[in-house]
Amino acid sequence: MSRIRERLEALRRTGRKGFIPYLTAGDPDLETTARLIRALEEAGADVIELGIPFSDPIADGPIIQRAAERALRRGTRLRDCLDIIADVRRHSDIPIVLFSYLNPLLQFGLPRLAREMAVVGIDGVLATDLVPEEAEEFRQAMGAQGIETIFLVAPTSPDERIATIARSASGFIYVVSRTGVTGTREQLSEAMRPTVERVRRHTDLPVAVGFGISRPEHVREIWRYADAAVVGSALVQQIERHAGEPDLVERVARFAQWLKTGAAETPD
Amino acid sequence: MSMASSLPDARGHFGPYGGRFVPETLMHPLQELTEAYMAAREDPDFHRELQELLRTYVGRPTPLFFARRLTEHLGGAKIYLKREDLCHTGAHKINNALGQALLAKRMGKTRVIAETGAGQHGVATATACALLGLQCVIYMGTEDMRRQALNVFRMQLLGAEVRGVEAGSRTLKDAISEALRDWVTYVETTHYLLGSVLGPHPYPMIVRDFQSLIGRETREQILECEGRLPDVLVACVGGGSNAIGLFYEFLAEPQVRMIGVEAGGRGHALGEHAARFASGRPGVLHGTYTYVLQDEDGQIALTHSVAAGLDYAAVGPEHAYWRDRGRIAYVSVSDREALDAFQLLARLEGILPALESAHALAYACRLAPTMPRNQILIVNLSGRGDKDVQTVADWLHREGTPSP
Repeated sequence: MSRIRERLEALRRTGRKGFIPYLTAGDPDLETTARLIRALEEAGADVIELGIPFSDPIADGPIIQRAAERALRRGTRLRDCLDIIADVRRHSDIPIVLFSYLNPLLQFGLPRLAREMAVVGIDGVLATDLVPEEAEEFRQAMGAQGIETIFLVAPTSPDERIATIARSASGFIYVVSRTGVTGTREQLSEAMRPTVERVRRHTDLPVAVGFGISRPEHVREIWRYADAAVVGSALVQQIERHAGEPDLVERVARFAQWLKTGAAETPD
Repeated sequence: MSMASSLPDARGHFGPYGGRFVPETLMHPLQELTEAYMAAREDPDFHRELQELLRTYVGRPTPLFFARRLTEHLGGAKIYLKREDLCHTGAHKINNALGQALLAKRMGKTRVIAETGAGQHGVATATACALLGLQCVIYMGTEDMRRQALNVFRMQLLGAEVRGVEAGSRTLKDAISEALRDWVTYVETTHYLLGSVLGPHPYPMIVRDFQSLIGRETREQILECEGRLPDVLVACVGGGSNAIGLFYEFLAEPQVRMIGVEAGGRGHALGEHAARFASGRPGVLHGTYTYVLQDEDGQIALTHSVAAGLDYAAVGPEHAYWRDRGRIAYVSVSDREALDAFQLLARLEGILPALESAHALAYACRLAPTMPRNQILIVNLSGRGDKDVQTVADWLHREGTPSP
């Protein structure tokens, strides 16, 4: 069983819920990304989503768009993202999922990518602009190396699409909490709960919810219905605000801990 | 026609190209759009309403004009111009904008969004929305807003809100990304009125179908004045809607050669042109699998063309298909050649072509002298050049006085 399934099943067995932070690789630089992964693991992350920067991120709001621009300006390449994970793996067993747009993965070559992901120890992949109908070759290439292919479910997905996605997905199902792009929000969408419930009717795979999760009470609310909460833009915003400060990594880890535990003190 | 009319397949593929590469949130809306379009396509009332508007509002059919002085000047094939520049709003874009706006209304959508590069599709969309009483938001890169300031004001006069896009290269690519982000957010009420044969299925099919009347009219018109089919068709290719609009009717006629003209810009290096077939390779951009200008890591390249409407990193997937099949040939011409053709047509025929269309014309100027005088070459004059007068003035100011 993959690290992702093992971790999420273990949480389920013990009645706990998962916390999944997202980072854009190479923001502010790859060395810091590696340190952030380790710090987030210590702060209670159960799975890491590692974003591969892309020039035209159509599903992302301004915060992650800017992170991708910063990473690309520093010359971040997929090859280097894989290398830092090899480095992280010397100290850590945390499940890691690549979160990318399809084109950089396609151009790398899918069979080659799957092989190298397996070698460095990446457990799953989610391509934002890849749906099961177009994913046959992709899933085969990943499956051949034991890499999980994760798909999105949206509030607009009708039940028959959810059934198709459930049949194609492995690892977990990623429910998009609302129609729209990534970004921080004051309030959770009411569409979240019924979407999670519809997914449950089609699969036993763990369900994670993301997009707009910005506060501890959002995380707690998601945990009532789903298995894990994904936090992206809110964390990336902390990196943007504090990049260049000597305690960046500690600050981001504290912020993650606050989101997960809901400690009374609000970090700035 | 059988070969062409069976494309795309049910999942929107043209051979290996096309398809739907979008976030899951858009999959069901794309399916609904496909179903609504298929129903409209079979509905005589829909066709009647669209035909009536095309005739009385757009001014169709547009003329096929014999360019006598240009033909004599070049001394080869007879050159005809399909005068899409005479459409209401000044370009072929209105054919598709009206069709899709009617479709949006039929689907009960109250809000329409669109991207625009040169501004012609934005103006056409704003016009169709004014005519049909739909709310309209246009996304446009701020660099294009600067280049096409007149069209920005036209859209605003027509009641549209123009939203400047600051991201990336601040051109068409970034405007499409931002329009997709808007659509994914407001998809319940909103129709995304895509302006070219690009994007996820069903857009390449819908836009082609709404533009294919260009070729149908052209066939009738050339048969009427010459009694035979043309030898060569030439059209510029940004996304490729005016080109497929002209070519589609003739795909099953092996004696008709077809040439798509891409923007060669100001050099061969990546970033200096928009010639996707010259140095691009297959990849995914904005929902479709097609030829894309990109670096070796799959990051989308910046592009350059003096014609904002050709300044885009990907080409319509159906063009990629016909290119691989060898049915349509693709070439490129430089900014300079396009500007020379612009001035030549102005002086010889009294027509200011859009800089996009001037690319097609520039290639025709290269090709016609090599063809016998009894052969026929048709250029799709996809738009008029009023919007480009400032760009041309700036160019001439930099590069010297008009060529004699």
